[in-house]
Amino acid sequence: MKSLALISVVITGWLLLSAVGDFPYWGDPNSPANSYRLSQHFVTETFHETAVPNMVTAVLADYRGYDTMFETVVIFTAGIAIISILRVFRSDDQVASGQTVYEKRPDLIVDTTCRLMIPIIQLFALYVIAHGHHSPGGGFQGGVIFGASFILIALSRDLQAAHKWVPENRVLNLAGIGILIYAGFGLVAMFLGQNFLDYAILHKVMPATPIEARYHSMLGVEIGVAFTVTAIMYSIYSNLVSKGTMKEGL
Amino acid sequence: MIWQFDLIILVFLVITAIISLQVKDLLAASMIYGVYSFLMCLLWAGMAAVDVAFTEAAVGAGVSSVFLIATVFRTSRRSSD
Repeated sequence: MKSLALISVVITGWLLLSAVGDFPYWGDPNSPANSYRLSQHFVTETFHETAVPNMVTAVLADYRGYDTMFETVVIFTAGIAIISILRVFRSDDQVASGQTVYEKRPDLIVDTTCRLMIPIIQLFALYVIAHGHHSPGGGFQGGVIFGASFILIALSRDLQAAHKWVPENRVLNLAGIGILIYAGFGLVAMFLGQNFLDYAILHKVMPATPIEARYHSMLGVEIGVAFTVTAIMYSIYSNLVSKGTMKEGL
Repeated sequence: MIWQFDLIILVFLVITAIISLQVKDLLAASMIYGVYSFLMCLLWAGMAAVDVAFTEAAVGAGVSSVFLIATVFRTSRRSSD
């Protein structure tokens, strides 16, 4: 059986490696991805059409907003799947009988360092979310960093300490609200008579020109993405680390 | 891209990939997987894809390693095969 697996892996690897020769060179201006007129349009016209300097964010949140919305839904679904598999609802004594309950005291040095670091991490996460138009970043990265700050609270002290800030029902509400914010921008555009997620029409409901409306709507959907990603990242961690009981962490 | 840096990163990438698959200690495998993600992040940054590099650093090297280590602590420490 093992030799069969080795043979199939070698054949697949050989096929993949033989395909590498057909790839265009890195940064080749004549490669199909670079010579197609849509790429040219994104590179030259993004700033005039949306007033966003970082064209990666513009493509992600505006031109391909539909794609990004369902990426957020994928993360939401992954979180829901992990909760439905791992989360256990049992009474306290049943859980305590099988496990050794230990008292965890926060270490002085670890606790002080995390006290200093966590506000800075959260501020940086907000900067990454809000400044995603001008510099690398956006809802996904900022949301992950923001969720990591709550994970750091849970790691340095206890899962219960983190639950004071992010109780379970609030986490799940946040995850849903994030997607609703994103879809809400699309629905408002639809009610105003344009296509789903066509932000330019939103200048009717916000004090901005059509170009600025696209800029501000992108910030709005990034905030929605950040809500969902933050909530789901923390939810996955707390379910994994406590075996679904939400009682105690590492 | 400077080809000397590229060569060093790619060699270490292959080494870390093989080690993280072969090592029996699952905690060590998770840590080396984090190193692999960080090297990938350096590669993306070298190719001027800073957005992708940022995502790889935050998701791949940061949160995924934490998830893997949390899972290792709640399952067995060493792999059986």
